[in-house]
Amino acid sequence: MIQPEAYADRPFLTVNDLAVAFPTEDGLVRAVDGVSFTLEKGKTLAIVGESGSGKSVTAQALMGLINRKAAQITGEIWLDGQELIAMPIDEVQELRGNEMAMIFQDPMSSLHPFYRIGDQITEAIKAHRSIGNSLARREALEMLRRVGIPAVERRIDAYPHQLSGGMRQRVMIAMALINSPQLLIADEPTTALDVTVQAQIIELIQSLQAEFGTTVILITHDLGIVADVADEVVVMYGARIVERAPTRALYDRPEMPYTLGLLSSIPRMDREPTKRLEPIRGNPPSPIKLPKGCVFQPRCNYFERVPGGRCFTERPEFLESEPGHFVRCHIPHEEREQIAQDVIQTLSTTSVSV
Amino acid sequence: MFAYLVRRVIGMVLLLFLLSVAVFFLFNMLPGDPARLTCGKACTPSIIEANRHRLGLDEPVVTQYTKFLSGIFVGRTFSPDSPEPIRCDAPCLGYSFTRHEEVLSIIARAAPVTFWLAIGAFIIWIVTGISLGIFAALNRGRWPDRVVMGISLIFYSFPSFFLGLILIFFVIIRLQWLPFPSYVSPFDNPVQFLQTMIRPWLVLASLQAAFCIRRTRRQVLDAFSEDYVRTARAKGLPERVVVVKHALRAGLTPIVTAAGLDLAVLLGGAIIAENIFSLPGLGSLVVSSVTSSDLPLITGITLLTASIIIFANLVVDLLYAVVDPRVRVG
Repeated sequence: MIQPEAYADRPFLTVNDLAVAFPTEDGLVRAVDGVSFTLEKGKTLAIVGESGSGKSVTAQALMGLINRKAAQITGEIWLDGQELIAMPIDEVQELRGNEMAMIFQDPMSSLHPFYRIGDQITEAIKAHRSIGNSLARREALEMLRRVGIPAVERRIDAYPHQLSGGMRQRVMIAMALINSPQLLIADEPTTALDVTVQAQIIELIQSLQAEFGTTVILITHDLGIVADVADEVVVMYGARIVERAPTRALYDRPEMPYTLGLLSSIPRMDREPTKRLEPIRGNPPSPIKLPKGCVFQPRCNYFERVPGGRCFTERPEFLESEPGHFVRCHIPHEEREQIAQDVIQTLSTTSVSV
Repeated sequence: MFAYLVRRVIGMVLLLFLLSVAVFFLFNMLPGDPARLTCGKACTPSIIEANRHRLGLDEPVVTQYTKFLSGIFVGRTFSPDSPEPIRCDAPCLGYSFTRHEEVLSIIARAAPVTFWLAIGAFIIWIVTGISLGIFAALNRGRWPDRVVMGISLIFYSFPSFFLGLILIFFVIIRLQWLPFPSYVSPFDNPVQFLQTMIRPWLVLASLQAAFCIRRTRRQVLDAFSEDYVRTARAKGLPERVVVVKHALRAGLTPIVTAAGLDLAVLLGGAIIAENIFSLPGLGSLVVSSVTSSDLPLITGITLLTASIIIFANLVVDLLYAVVDPRVRVG
């Protein structure tokens, strides 16, 4: 356990050895296992991974949204000098929607169908501040206008089902930012939306981040949107972080074979049209029975390069391969670089641009 | 909203019309000759023939039906060419020749009994069903949940007539806790009314309450896993507000609909309960009218109960529009 004072000049957000496990009848589901990262104020971190990699559970653990009775949560989450995991739940509740806020994947189901959107936003204001009805409504109007909703005076009294998906996600963003939170967690904010709307939403999040100085964690399985937005990227696989790097470094010099696989499966305009997308074969591991060695080994094309079958028997450490670039892989550093360059070469005639 | 209401009422009238056609023709196809039943042992072919004419049964079915239908709106006169014509004023649902009484007045005498039976049972089952269902859901997986669910499973599995007979046996015959008075109106003698009704209420309510507990628990648990409940938590709302304003509000809405549909089950259950406890309600009336092939009475009761159920469904749908804005606008 690291003492609180050690965090005095630490980054705004520090997650240390976070683990979330759910006891079920089939066994213990390890949804998140030993996740650590830090995030400076005002920066953007992207957490990337496929379904079941533990990225959403990580986000919900940060927000204190995981039922403490139903799950075993260990590790430390330091937000602006306060540790959240050991914090009494009613104090966490004070922070939620106030210091930290969250946008969810599906705006269709994330707004309550029975209440007008204006009432849902003012409810968020009143949860944290004593403020009169008319003032709260004015704030809600202002924020709805700020997130780009047309004809706000009319829309504020609309029910969610009367709005389009993109509009609903804007309402979610307005609701999340209404109390000027320091940290905004966006859990796949564009996945359920049309492609044209996706870019608008990401742009909106970015401009609001610049305006309010918000620190952002963007959770996605889409490496395509990460490149423009994030300062740093964390790649999760099988409940763990397998690679972490500044965005540029991750795209230029990916090292973990899984990250390579993700990059190869993005459709690209600059790729030869005859080339097929390269999917990652196989399925993600069961969170109940994770492989003994490297969790990615069953789907890895390169494990034979590691002598002594260590990929089968030994969990790789999370090691720094260059400053700020951490990788969890048994393949030696030089060989990884070589593999990455080969893959990127075959991907496109031009080099992968960020 | 108004257009919706008009559309629904028109649909309701249409449905009732089709229903009356179905009921009327269906019962006309039943075996048994009502004309024969009017005279019993004294029957001779000529008496039967005379009675058939008196009852209007010698006319084509379609004519019989139109007479029946117009009787509802303007009244009608039975055996007009006999020395003692029977006048039946609108709304005339028919005349029972086995009981020598207007169908409507027979029903009017029996209906309050069933009404009180249904209302009491309904209140008991809705209150216990919803409250225990919520209680079980909030204690999910822990012992209070298991106890409630276990008991509800027992009641759920017993047929209500079995439960009723056990209740009569122990409470009245064995232990003699309660007297077994006959039915009186609650306005005449409230104490005796309660003494009579409490057992049928419990029997009728127990099975339905068991259903209701399970359904409520399921709905509430489903509501808790909704995304918008998570959003409510993410806003930093106190847990009490999350549960009551966000989860329960959404989770209990479908139960309103289900309660309306339960009314049909309730009227079916009333047949059994009234016969077990000898209550002179519609349920007993149905059984005796069927055993005596009293066609006008059967038709009348069927139409009446069907109208009640159709009307209850309309009320439920309108209620639903009040609680769920998605229904309102669409």
